[in-house]
Amino acid sequence: MNRTLRIAIPVALGIAVLLMWEALVAAFAVPRIVLPAPSDIGEAFVSDFGTLMAATFVTLRITLIAFVLAVLGGVALAILFAQSRLIETALYPYAVVLQVTPVVAIAPLLTIWIGYDNIEAVTLTLAWIVAFFPVLANTTLGLKSVDRNLIDLFRLYGASRWQILTRLQLPNALPFLLGGMKVSGGLALIGAVVAELAAGSGTSTGLAWILTLATRNLHMGTAFAALALLSALGIAIFFALSALEYWLLHRWHESALKVQT
Amino acid sequence: MTALLSLRAIAKTFDTGTHALGPIDLDVEEGAFVSIVGPSGCGKSTALRVIAGLLKPDSGAVAWPGSKPEIGFVFQEPTLMPWVKTLANVRLPLDLEGTPRAEADARAKTALARVGLAGFENAYPRELSGGMKMRVSIARAIAAAPKLLLMDEPFAALDELTRQALNDDLLTLWREDGMTVLFVTHSVYESTYLSERVVVMSPRPGRIAADIPLAPPQARDAGWRLTPQFASEAAKVSQALKEAMAA
Repeated sequence: MNRTLRIAIPVALGIAVLLMWEALVAAFAVPRIVLPAPSDIGEAFVSDFGTLMAATFVTLRITLIAFVLAVLGGVALAILFAQSRLIETALYPYAVVLQVTPVVAIAPLLTIWIGYDNIEAVTLTLAWIVAFFPVLANTTLGLKSVDRNLIDLFRLYGASRWQILTRLQLPNALPFLLGGMKVSGGLALIGAVVAELAAGSGTSTGLAWILTLATRNLHMGTAFAALALLSALGIAIFFALSALEYWLLHRWHESALKVQT
Repeated sequence: MTALLSLRAIAKTFDTGTHALGPIDLDVEEGAFVSIVGPSGCGKSTALRVIAGLLKPDSGAVAWPGSKPEIGFVFQEPTLMPWVKTLANVRLPLDLEGTPRAEADARAKTALARVGLAGFENAYPRELSGGMKMRVSIARAIAAAPKLLLMDEPFAALDELTRQALNDDLLTLWREDGMTVLFVTHSVYESTYLSERVVVMSPRPGRIAADIPLAPPQARDAGWRLTPQFASEAAKVSQALKEAMAA
């Protein structure tokens, strides 16, 4: 299948579904507060454009900051784990606890600790907690799964720990890290949304809050527009990270070869 | 001829309780091409690792009558770093030893040319065939001009034609450089073809069952594989291996 068709087919399907949606809502006279027609959503999008964009920017900013901090923290801790068995044994269980505790359950606590007047910081923290673990787990695996013979070769030539880390373990971990980043990029967005919903307060101004407000006020067009924007953000993050992965790996890694075909 | 290295009562038992090796004694003369033949799991690889200093023996010692020489190591797998190009893979020993980049590049290029891969400096490992990858691995091992080359079943995974070509190229490299080669294999024919001395090891725990001198390499030419003398030498090694397995 050629490239044009691979894009054209899903786009055509999407347009067909939207048209059918529009027609069905009109045919059955579905109330707007139950299911708005695509045209209502479009209208809301235009009329609330300023608010929606501002909220998108807030959510995107929180997601990106949480994601970058999760990558930095995850990689740093993974390097520490790879250097010291003791540190890993001591800390890993707590990293898992952080991961498995549902973020919705921590949200109210963090809101109290960090403060209602600082919801952005709460959201950021929660998004970071959610996004952190995949990076840590994948990078740790990547640092450790180096070919034993290559390590022996480095030792034979008297390589230092630093040389083994930078020339062998880190490059080896790169595909693992990028895989983890793809998961955690999506999770950072989910974390940012869930945190904002759970913390639920007027001082937050992200897309999730717009969604909450619009639903409460039965502005379903706006709610759906916010939802669509959240999807768009998720898709953008995924494609950006896929592009990064391809750019970094395609010359040498098998996984990137298959993407091409 | 003086000994380059002497193994004295080397024995190794792994943490798992497997008594892998020895005790063995072995002297390897400077400039020799010695093969170690034995069944799978007889501790051949363990012996090479002990010599390379990658594994500590439980008892015994490796003695270097001269100073400890620069060592090159070739594994059964090419063991290349997939994320760097061929040239950087070959340059690795020089990079780790801190050789200036320009000099390291020049020496790596020479090494690549010597294994027949001139022009492949900028290829990534995944773009090369199995035989070419093994050539890169050999180029890397000789890049730092080792006096001792340790090879752990390097051609076992290759097809017969590639294997024979690499056997011949290896002999050429050895003659030109005058390095000492210690070559582990489970192929009787490969060991007979390559070496001037074959050490036969018994099944686990590996001990030296026979030490067979072969016709000096000067007497060999390209047709050596087809001579009756080659056949009779191979039969000798084969017989010794059979006896070692039965013992």
